[in-house]
Amino acid sequence: MTSALQIADLSISLGGNTILSGVNAEIAAGEFIGIFGPNGAGKTTLVRCIIGTLAPTRGSIKVLGISPAQAARQVGYMPQGHGGFDATALSARALVEAACDGDRWGIPWTSRKSRQEVDRVLEVTDAARYAKRPFSVLSGGERQRVMLAQALLGDPRILVLDEPLASLDPKNQGLLIECVARVKERTNTTVLFVAHDMNPLMNVMDRVMYLAGGGAALGKLDEVITSESLSRLYGTSIEVVRTQNRVFVVSSEGNVTETECAHHDHD
Amino acid sequence: MSPKPNVPITIMINTLTTYLSYGFVQNALIAGTLSAVLGAIVGYFVVIRNSGFAAHALAHIGFAGAAGAALIGLSPLEGMLLLTVGSGVVMGGAGDKMSRNDTAIGMVLSMSLGLGTLFLSLYSSFAGQAKSILFGEIFGVSQDQIIKMAILSVMSLGALAIFSRRLLFASVQPRLAEGRGLSLSALSMAFMAVLAISVTLASQIVGILLVFTLVIAPAGIALRLCRSFWSGILVSVVLGVIAVWTGILLDCMTGYPATFWITAIFFVIYVLVEGYCRFFTK
Repeated sequence: MTSALQIADLSISLGGNTILSGVNAEIAAGEFIGIFGPNGAGKTTLVRCIIGTLAPTRGSIKVLGISPAQAARQVGYMPQGHGGFDATALSARALVEAACDGDRWGIPWTSRKSRQEVDRVLEVTDAARYAKRPFSVLSGGERQRVMLAQALLGDPRILVLDEPLASLDPKNQGLLIECVARVKERTNTTVLFVAHDMNPLMNVMDRVMYLAGGGAALGKLDEVITSESLSRLYGTSIEVVRTQNRVFVVSSEGNVTETECAHHDHD
Repeated sequence: MSPKPNVPITIMINTLTTYLSYGFVQNALIAGTLSAVLGAIVGYFVVIRNSGFAAHALAHIGFAGAAGAALIGLSPLEGMLLLTVGSGVVMGGAGDKMSRNDTAIGMVLSMSLGLGTLFLSLYSSFAGQAKSILFGEIFGVSQDQIIKMAILSVMSLGALAIFSRRLLFASVQPRLAEGRGLSLSALSMAFMAVLAISVTLASQIVGILLVFTLVIAPAGIALRLCRSFWSGILVSVVLGVIAVWTGILLDCMTGYPATFWITAIFFVIYVLVEGYCRFFTK
């Protein structure tokens, strides 16, 4: 099995604060990894490292065996949050077209080939129906499927999705996850899915990565999401409660995974 | 451009054709077209990037440049260009946070106006020119200025033709663009330089205080209506050129300043479009 992501002794400090330290991880091609952890645990920081916009302070990170910057074209990325188009009539399709080969020089002319590629990704995420409407009038779920379409441009081998479920209702969460799972099945894409709540992803994840207290634990859900393993990460007593097919991570102060759901903005 | 004066259909057309045969009106139309086209295209990116206030500030910085130019023996146009392009590049380089930081921009803006006032007091014979710099002197554009404006327009549009694809991507999806290896600050610097040129040209027509009308108004209206990039650019350019031409011709016929007419035309179109968007689209 070729490896999609190799992280060795990774440490990241931002403005003098150590966000992550001594993280090791090896993720194989085609795996669906759920990345969880409380706010401020370094999920987005890790994502920025993987897509190559943040250099590690120490240690190394290899994407598809090469540096993140070299691998950038093979990584599809869906950033956290979107918007800023409220005063414009710019269509969802126009936004995806702008991202298609947007790193080329010249004028933003969309070639026939690019148009076909845009059509394809919008079909995959079932966003073609409303792609001609202004992005600003779309619902949260519709917008997220447009953003996912954008991440799929150029058929990336790795998908990095930063909190795509934030502020979506359960139905739209389900639609988005289904879509990602379908892409993964069809093209054997590696998926790194950052989320706040692990429950919606229970049926699609191969393994989980849990970030807390500057460290990370990677493994099968049953190995990582246990009271012992998480207590070690947090450095405090943590209890994992499992009921039927649902998991809750609880600290002495309350429910960790459900606290103030994913509203911290990085833009 | 210069129709024969003996085509009598109505008195109005007669008056118009007479005016159109005057060199200073033709110059105004050419200069107006140049800055309208550039402003409409550059403005599209300004609106998409939400950096309208930065554009506004650049114009005011230009005032200090124009006023200071006299002190060191440059023309107002050269002084403005020097200072706006310089500060545009600095603002772009300072990054996203800076170009959207209202307080920082406001401080620079007011300091520039203060400096402009100082320069004016140091070089009092410049005072007469101050009004035309602030409010525009559309019929005072010389042949020589037109040539300079044409060169600057072509340079700016040429630069945009090279990097506008990256600029659009970085403007609508900055995080994604960064992930693809684009340097947001380099793009921002390049764009601010082009914007500075465009602002300087627009100020030759409508004056520093009303640069907004040529750089933001057409693009803002176009973006409110058009769903794709190219239709937006087209509508923006057409609106800009129509407003400038109509404004200049109305000035000839009524004697009220073109600057007033241009702003009034945009205001009316804006109100209509805004009303249409509110009531007829979701």
